[in-house]
Amino acid sequence: MSADTRPFVAPVRTPDLPAVAERKLNTGLGMVAASRPGVPRVEVRLRVPFGSARPTGDGARERLLADTVTAGTAEHSALALAQELQRLGASLRAHATSEELLVSGSCLVETAVPFLELIDEVLRTADYADEEVTVAKGRAAQEATIVRSQPTVMASDALVDRLYGKHPYGRGTPPASSYAGISPLALRKVHAARVVPAGSTIVLVGDMRPHELLEMAAGALGRWKGDGPASGLKAPAPPAPGPTLLVDRPGSVQSNIRLGGMAVGRAHPDHARVQVANIVFGGYFSSRLVANLRENKGFSYSPRSSIGHRRLASELTVAAEVATEVTVPALLEIRYELARMAAGTLSTAELDSAKRYLVGTLALATQTQSGLASYLSAITADGLTIDYLATYPSAVEAVTVDDVMDASLRFLGPRGLQTVIVGDASTVERPLGALDELELTPAPPA
Amino acid sequence: MTGCGASADNLRPMFSLERMRLENGLRVVLAPDRHATAVAVAVYYDVGFRSEPEGRSGFAHLFEHLMFEGSATLEKMEHARLVQGNGGTFNGSTNSDYTRYFETLPSNALELGLFLESDRMRSVRLSEETLENQIAVVKEEIRVNVLNRPYGGFPWIPLPQVMFRTFNNAHNGYGSFEDLEAATVDAAADFFQQYYAPGNAVLAVVGDFDVDPTAALVEKHFASIPAGVVPRLPDLSEPRPSSERRVEMVDALAPRPALAIGYRVPDPIQDLDEYLAVVVLASLLAGGGEASRLYQRLVKVDRTVSHMSGYVGTFGNPFEVRDPTMLQIVAYLQTDDVDEVLRAVDAEVEALVDDLLPDEVERVTQAMRSSYLADVDEFTERAMFLAVLEQQRSSPELLNTLPDKAAAVSPSAVRRAAERWLLPDKRAVLELQPGGTP
Repeated sequence: MSADTRPFVAPVRTPDLPAVAERKLNTGLGMVAASRPGVPRVEVRLRVPFGSARPTGDGARERLLADTVTAGTAEHSALALAQELQRLGASLRAHATSEELLVSGSCLVETAVPFLELIDEVLRTADYADEEVTVAKGRAAQEATIVRSQPTVMASDALVDRLYGKHPYGRGTPPASSYAGISPLALRKVHAARVVPAGSTIVLVGDMRPHELLEMAAGALGRWKGDGPASGLKAPAPPAPGPTLLVDRPGSVQSNIRLGGMAVGRAHPDHARVQVANIVFGGYFSSRLVANLRENKGFSYSPRSSIGHRRLASELTVAAEVATEVTVPALLEIRYELARMAAGTLSTAELDSAKRYLVGTLALATQTQSGLASYLSAITADGLTIDYLATYPSAVEAVTVDDVMDASLRFLGPRGLQTVIVGDASTVERPLGALDELELTPAPPA
Repeated sequence: MTGCGASADNLRPMFSLERMRLENGLRVVLAPDRHATAVAVAVYYDVGFRSEPEGRSGFAHLFEHLMFEGSATLEKMEHARLVQGNGGTFNGSTNSDYTRYFETLPSNALELGLFLESDRMRSVRLSEETLENQIAVVKEEIRVNVLNRPYGGFPWIPLPQVMFRTFNNAHNGYGSFEDLEAATVDAAADFFQQYYAPGNAVLAVVGDFDVDPTAALVEKHFASIPAGVVPRLPDLSEPRPSSERRVEMVDALAPRPALAIGYRVPDPIQDLDEYLAVVVLASLLAGGGEASRLYQRLVKVDRTVSHMSGYVGTFGNPFEVRDPTMLQIVAYLQTDDVDEVLRAVDAEVEALVDDLLPDEVERVTQAMRSSYLADVDEFTERAMFLAVLEQQRSSPELLNTLPDKAAAVSPSAVRRAAERWLLPDKRAVLELQPGGTP
C-alpha cells in the first residue's frame, strides 16, 4: 500500500551555471571568480600545493604552519589581525592536508578589498613570531593527544596507513611529540619555499560581478611572489593486499569497522559510474548498506560509504560503528552487500534513484556562496572548469546498469579492499580470526 | 591599513515573508527566494527532550526516529527513497525545546516535500518490530556519540545536571538505556496524539516558488489533518542557583582535563533586549577565537587552556531555546588547577566591566552580522530559523532584524549583563577529570 507521489514532482529545472571569469597572474597564481547572489558577502578559497618530491616528516610541521600562518605579520600582531578581521566582518583560517595548504575566508562585499589586502599581507609577511609559535606548539600537542584518543581517528589513521603506507597520503594524525622540535625558523623556511603563487589557485564567489572580483584579487595579490619548486609529489603505488588489521582498544563498547580501496578521480572517464555504484551501495540513506545494517539489523547508527579525492589518488571508504558483540556479523553483512554489488543484480529503480540523488545534491551543494566556492576550488585543483557543473550531471545520466555492475566488480569487490577494525581485541579477536587472517596491533599512544 | 567597517544599511537581510494559519491550527511561514532552483521544507513540533517526564528519558528523540519508519500510506524507508530519489536531502533532530524534520529538494519537487511532511503529521506507522529496531539504532547512536568516545556528550549532557534541579531541565536528552528499553508501541501512539497535532507545529518553506500557488498546495495537503488537542507547554521554571554548584566527573576515556562553566541568562523570549546583550557578551568573551578576551587571557597569556569556546543556548544557537538556559564556556585544560582558571575568568569579567569600549562591541557585532548572513544564505538553515522564530516567538520577521538588534546593544548594556549574570556564586562548574592514558 503506497501513495502515488508521481504527480507531486514536476519536470526537473536545470539550474543556470553561474557567471564565471578566470585569469592567471604572471606570478603563476590561477584565479577563478563566480557570481552568486544571495547575501552581500564574498567567499575565498586559496589552495597552495604543499607536495614535495622528497617528502619528509609526518605532517606536523605543515599543520603547525597552518595553525600559525594567520598568527601575525610584519604589520599586525595575531590579536590585531583577528580584531581587524572582526571589524571587516571577515574570517580567515588555514588548514593543511596531506598535500595542500587550504586558506579559507569570507568577508562582506564592501570589505572585500581590505580583506584581500590582509590575505596578501599574510601570504607575504606572516612572521611566525617566537611567542606565537611556542603557544601554538603547546596547543597542537594537546590537540594531537585529544584527537588521537578518538576511536574514529584511530580507525581512519590506520586505514590511510594501510592504503598509502609511507606516501604522504598515508600520514595520519601526528603525535603530540612531533611538535616539540619545530622551530619558528623552520616554519619561515617552509613558508618561503612553499607558500608561493606558482601552482596555487584562488577561487572567489560572491554577490558581485566575476570580473570585479578578479580585478580586486589581482590588485591585492599581485605582489605575492615566489617560485618554489612545483609540487613533485608522485602518485602512490596501489596498496598491497594485507591481513585484516585489528587495533586493540581495550574496553571499547563498539568496533569501528573500515574497509577501503582505490577509486577514480573526477576527471577519470569511469568517475560517474563509480559514483553511482558507491551511492547504491552505501552513499546515502536509501542505500543497501543502510537498509541492511541499520534498518534491518539495528547494528549501526550510521553505516556509510564515501569517495574521497586527493590530487593524485581517490579512495573508497566503507565505515560502520557497531556494538562490540555484533562485530563479526556486521563485517559479514558489509562484505555480503559488497559482493552483491560486484556479482549480483541491480534494478533500474536503484540506478535511477542514485543518479537523481547525485545530480540533485550537486545543485543543492552549490546553491550557497560557501558551497559553490568550496566545490569550485576542489574541481579547479583537478584541472576542471565550471563546465563540469553541467558535464558531470550529463555523465551521471548516461550511466547504465551494466556500467554500475562493471564499476562494482572493479572497485567494490571485498577481496580488493583493506579491512581495519578498532575494538576490544579480548572480545573480537577470536571470532574475527575465524573469518580473516589477522594482524593485531595495540592502540597508538597519544 | 585601517578597517573600513561596513555600514549596516546594505547589510540588512531583506527576505520577504508570508505568514498564514490553517483552520486546524498549523502555522505556516512562506519565504520565496528565486536565486537558486531549490526549496527547503521544515516542520517544527513543540516538543523536545525537556518535555519528557521522569521514566521516559530519551523518548522524544526515539520518537523522532520512529517518524521516519512509515505512515498509514508510506512503507518503511519510503520517505527517504522519495526525497533522495528525487535529488534531495533530509534529516530530523531533537533539541531541548523542539523536534524538527526537514528536506531540501530541487524546486520541481516542492509539492513532494509538502506531501511528505503532511503525511507524517497525519499518521505514524508503529510496530513492535520497528520500535525494537530503532531502540537498537538509538543505542548505537549513543554509543558512538557518548559512550565509546572521549568527551562524549560533553558538556551538553552533564552540565545541565549540575546547573538544574528539575528533571525536565537536568536530565540526559538521549535517555538511559533502561528507559529506552521500556518504551512501548502504546506509549509511542500516545506521544503522537499528545504532541504531533497541527496546532503544535510550524511549517516553514523557503526557496524557488511563488507564494500564492504554494499557499494553495499547503492548504491542499495539510488542511484536512484533524486539529487534535494542543498540549500545554511544560513548566520549566526554576530559580537561579543561590550558590556555586560544582561537580567533578571522571571520563575514563579522556586523556586531558576539561572544564565547562554555565551561567543562567535572561529569558530569551520575554527579555530579548537583555538576552541579546548576553549573546554579545558571550561572543566578546569567548566566541571570536583569537580576538576574544578569555582566549587572550587563558590561551595566550596564562597558557592554562589550549582550546575554548563560548556560546548561549543548548547547542550554540541562542535563538532556539526557551528559559531557562545558559551561557556556556568550555575549555580544554593544560593545568590541573581549575581554580586558577576560574579566577582568571572572573578577573576578565571584572576587567570587561571596567574597560569595555564601543569599538569592541562594534567589531564583535559586525563579525556576528557577517556570519549570520552566511548562515541564512542556506535555504534549509533559513527555513529552520524561520520555523523556530514563529514557534517560540510568533515573530519570524526577526530573521531580518536580529543583526540590527544585536548591533544596537550598547557597551553599558553589555557591562550590566556581565555584572548581573556572570556571577561566580550563581554558576555551575563541571570539571572533567581524565581517567584515560595521559
